[in-house]
Amino acid sequence: MVNYVWLGMIVFGILVAGANGQVEVVTRAALEGADKAVKTSLNLIAIITFWLGIMKLAEAAGLVRALARLVRPVTRFLFPGVPANHPAMGAIIMNLSANILGLGNAATPMGLIAMQELQKLNRGDPRTATGAMCTFLALNTSCITLIPTTIIGIRVMYGSTDPTAIVGTTIFATACGMTVAVIMDRMLRVFYGRQG
Amino acid sequence: MYELINEISRWAIPLTLLLVPLIAMLRGVSVFETFVEGAAEGFTTAVKTIPYLVAMLVAISIFRASGAMDVLVHVLSPILDPLGFPPEVLPHAVMRPLSGGAALGIATDLIATHGPDSFIGRLVSTMQGSTDTTFYVLTLYFGSVGVTRYRYAIISGLAADLTSLVASVFIVNQLFR
Repeated sequence: MVNYVWLGMIVFGILVAGANGQVEVVTRAALEGADKAVKTSLNLIAIITFWLGIMKLAEAAGLVRALARLVRPVTRFLFPGVPANHPAMGAIIMNLSANILGLGNAATPMGLIAMQELQKLNRGDPRTATGAMCTFLALNTSCITLIPTTIIGIRVMYGSTDPTAIVGTTIFATACGMTVAVIMDRMLRVFYGRQG
Repeated sequence: MYELINEISRWAIPLTLLLVPLIAMLRGVSVFETFVEGAAEGFTTAVKTIPYLVAMLVAISIFRASGAMDVLVHVLSPILDPLGFPPEVLPHAVMRPLSGGAALGIATDLIATHGPDSFIGRLVSTMQGSTDTTFYVLTLYFGSVGVTRYRYAIISGLAADLTSLVASVFIVNQLFR
């Protein structure tokens, strides 16, 4: 799937640029994309290093375990393949909480830690996603943000009389998306065969 | 209510930074050494994402700069217009799963042009808040652990985005039209 999407974007892009007689745009765009990717990854070094340190402390203090036990009824349903006391559980919960609170800076490192822990549970091919990883990412990308701070800020900037008017509609739309994400994930997991 | 949630957001990280090391210390953990031990993995984890992100962002960048995205929008808008979906916001919907920055740029532009309290302004605000940069997140997260076969993750992620999009159009039409 990812192969088709990736190739499709490049091939279609180059064809359209060629048809428009501005094929040289492609070269510049490719280099700009690569530049942005490397900068993003390098920017992540600081924040991931920092949160990995904090997470190790939380784990050593037994806090991750305690947190995991707290939400066990929900996670047992969503992640049947992950042992309840596994560190992956704690990282998943912290990632989702950070997402809900709109703390993007904390959410990404927590999510990457969760992925590392889930990879440790991967009994199959390490290059293939496990069911638990797919469930986690479905939740992560469809997750509710209670206060979408960025867009509220932009609305304020352009003189909105009611900048938070969209909070209710946003929560409604996200809730619909999240429900579908969980249902789709469950169905596809069965369809693709159960692993992890 | 908004004030309460805002306060929680403000305090969440400072409180975590206060409580985690404190509790660890009380439980007899050597806090400094443990922090360093955990942080040691940070560099490799971040650097490992580079090839995956380069691959994805190059493709997205070409797709966008070449005008291919405009073609896609052009093809889709006559189908979507009768459904209460204004063609102005379509570029945002197409761009949203691919690039967070670009989508935010489109949203900002629409809010500036049509006004934040207009129908389009409210719709694009709701869309921006309720959908995610699915491709970027999948690339980054899977890349950090070296997974290249995503199986069905893209399908469920995009299904969620599409649902949120339809739900945004529905609810904003109901409340603000």
